[in-house]
Order: sequence, then structure tokens, then C-alpha cells
Amino acid sequence: MIARAAPQIVAEPPLLQAQRLRKRYGRIVAVEGVDLEIYRGEVLGIVGESGSGKSTVLRLLNLQEAADDGEYRLNLPEYAGRNLLSLDRLTRRQVQIRHIGIVYQNPYLGLRMQTSSSGNVAERLLLVGERNYGRLRAAARESLAASEFPLDRMDDLPERLSGGMQQRVQLAKALALRPALLLLDEPTTGLDVSVQALVLDTLMLLQRELQLATVIVSHDLGVIRTLATRVIVMRHGRVVEHGLTDQVLEDPQDAYTQQLVHAKL
Amino acid sequence: MTLLDVQKLTKQFRIHHLARTVPSLEGVSFRLHAGQFLLVRGGNGAGKSTLLRCLYRTYLPSSGSAVFASRQGRIDLACAADVDIVNLRQHEIGHVTQFLRPRPRVSALDLVAEPLLLDQPWAAARETAAEWLAAFGLKQAIWQAYPISFSGGEQQKVNLVRALIAPRRLLLLDEPTASLDAQARRALITRLAALKAQGVAIIGIFHHPEDVRAIVDDELPLDAPSARGDDQ
Repeated sequence: MIARAAPQIVAEPPLLQAQRLRKRYGRIVAVEGVDLEIYRGEVLGIVGESGSGKSTVLRLLNLQEAADDGEYRLNLPEYAGRNLLSLDRLTRRQVQIRHIGIVYQNPYLGLRMQTSSSGNVAERLLLVGERNYGRLRAAARESLAASEFPLDRMDDLPERLSGGMQQRVQLAKALALRPALLLLDEPTTGLDVSVQALVLDTLMLLQRELQLATVIVSHDLGVIRTLATRVIVMRHGRVVEHGLTDQVLEDPQDAYTQQLVHAKL
Repeated sequence: MTLLDVQKLTKQFRIHHLARTVPSLEGVSFRLHAGQFLLVRGGNGAGKSTLLRCLYRTYLPSSGSAVFASRQGRIDLACAADVDIVNLRQHEIGHVTQFLRPRPRVSALDLVAEPLLLDQPWAAARETAAEWLAAFGLKQAIWQAYPISFSGGEQQKVNLVRALIAPRRLLLLDEPTASLDAQARRALITRLAALKAQGVAIIGIFHHPEDVRAIVDDELPLDAPSARGDDQ
């Protein structure tokens, strides 16, 4: 195999650069020496079996957990060149609120079930100081509409909604402040196949319109093939292979990736 | 102008669970100019599709080079960064396979219009898409339907139009006529001739080469690589 060259045509720097990410839980190595780059407008897939460290990487990128080591930079005017992992807690929280959106597999992690759907979305704007009721409501409506959520249900509690609709509320909340980075943790796992297709369609539509840098973690290779332009394969906390999605799925290089791809029905 | 300079391009597949390396393409070299149509010939297993997939980078070449004169400068497709390949696929290099990968709940018209959205709005893209689908003889009644339910021939029309609709400088065609009717084959040849005249270079594999005889400039015969022993 030939070693791949540095980018030559794509001249703008990546939006996200992470190097040597490391995270341990006691004696368990969750993530070790992970490097990533993600450009605006592209979707990076992370695949691997349960316990491979893929969701931990997502939590590190969401700044919701402290890494043990490594560097993490977002190419944003206010933070260019700064290692986000070494920011103080309050500043990290600011970066997370303003620039990073996340959708969890489990809607209970992303939504307050006792607050209306529109309230869940408006909360993001409250966090950055918006207090005008009319503007909060308009922003929630706009964001829910962009996620193709039926607006006649915008004041329903999330717990009254179907799984697919809950994911749309999460998505509207994640995108309410127009983040540069969108993190998706198994966003369609557990949904009916037909609902999954609709949610994937919405994701592709938003991706094309907003030109986000997106990371999707999924064990479903069909979802990854549909959404991701590039893929990294993780095992035991490390990246064992990276490449274009079609290449990794059709010409996997690593022994583990070959096993993973061939195990797909 | 040389658009593509391929030197000793080689592909072997390492199959870990068998501890074997299977050769598929061995030391292929050729040059391709703008507006030139190269017909790739050879029997089953000669590596014809492998060659196209290595150039599109669905396969990672094992060795050799494939220097492409992109609008952004010369770049070796065999080792270019993944993000550069993504960019080239969006703007300069197209690949047409025999199989459509339809997406759930996306109509034939929208699937075909999609590659145009990089630089035009939906309305204009759909208009162009409709013209192309009509030229290839896809019944208008099914333009808004989901291709997942189409016949093999209908799917192939959608697939072809989707791949040809946006301007490309290099087209890789892997048996695009396998299940097409006569009208669609004629429409394809007409479009390919027009693209050639605009300077698009084409590398094609055709099960029935007589379909394209009139527009072929050169042929590349491939032989199956000699079998080698296991390398455990």
C-alpha cells in the first residue's frame, strides 16, 4: 500500500484538528493516541465494535469530559491555535454551547422530557443571553422547521413524541446556535427502518445547506455509507484504519476492518 | 495535453483471514489525452474494473502512479490525500458503475439533480435533470418515484444520468450499457461523443464494444496477472 500524501488541492485548513487524544478510566484504556482532522462540509464516520472507544472520542470532542492527554483545536476566529483541552471549565462550556451541537442515541441524554419541545430548543438561546420571548419562540420554530419537525407539535413534551421526532428535536436543539461542528452519536439506532431513512434524509439536507463539519459514530455501516465521506475504524481505543468511506468498505486494509466489513449482512 | 499518466499501476488484495495476497492488476501503464476515449479490454478477472476503481480510489493501489492534470495542478491519484480525492470526485472525475445505489425516499429526478447542486439551485438542477432523463428514455411517469422499485434498465438510466450530468474532465465507465435498451444506448453514445468533443477524457469497459466503436480512440488490452504462490 502506498502512503497517502498531504492535501494538495484542498488548501483551507481543517475546521477540527485533534492529536494524540488519550482517555483512561482507571486501568481501562478507552482512547489512545487518536488523531483526527475534519474539514468544513464533510462528514467523518467513526466505526468499530462496542467498547472500541468511538463514543469516548465523541465525548472528548464535545468537551464534556476531560482528556488525559492530547491537543484539540477548532479553527474559529476566537479560538484559533488554542488547545481547547487546556481551557478553563467555563471557557470550555462557552465553546461547547456556541460552536458544538450534539445528538445522542438516547434522547433522554439530550432533552428535558418535562419541558416542551420548543422550550428545549429555545434553551440554547437562553444560554447565550437571549431573553425576548418572541425571538426565542421564532428561533425555536425556525430551527424545528429546518429539522423537518411538524410545527403543530412544537409545544408537546418530548416524552409524548415518537423516537424519530425526538431525534428531530435533538437536532433542532443542536443546530439552534448554528454551530461549526455537529456530533452525532448513533443518531438513528433503534428507530424503525422507514423512520431512520427520513431522519437520514434530513441530516443530508442540513449537511448540504449548512456545510457543517460533522462526526457520526455508528455501528451501522449502511448509515455510515449513506452519510460519511471519510471513515476511521477504531479498535481497543486506537485508530486501525482510515480512508474514503467506499474504499474502507470495499477495500479494507486492516485485518480487523476486513472482519467488520465482511460481518455485515 | 496529457490528462492522465498511469505508470506501473499495481493492485493486490491482502486477504488476512486466508493469509493470502491476490494479484488483480499488474504494472499497467498508459497515457490519456483530453478528449480521448480509451477502451479497456480483457476477459473476466483481467482487472478491468480494478483499474477503474484504483483510479477512482475506491481501491487503494498497491504501487505505481496515476498522475492526473487537475485544474488545481498535477496530482497522483494513487497516493493523493483522501480530502483531495473527495474534491476531485465532486468536480473533475466521474465513475459510472453497473449498479445504482438508490437512497430511500429520494426520487429519481432529485437523485439525478443532486450533483448539480454544488453550483446551482434546486429548480435549475431539476430542469436539467428532466432533460437528461427524457433523452435517456426514462418514462416521465416515474421521475418522482423512488428508484429502489425500478427495473434494472431503469435504474441504470438513472445511474448513468446522475454520473454524466455534472461536467467532468475524466469519466470512468464500468459497463454502463449492460442492461440498457437501444434508445438509451444511442442516447449514451450521442452524449459521450459530445463530451469527447468538449475535451472530456473517457476510460470505458463495455461488454458489447460494438456499441462504442465509432468513438473509441485507443484500446488497452489487459491480461489476468500471473498467479503467484501464497506468501504466508
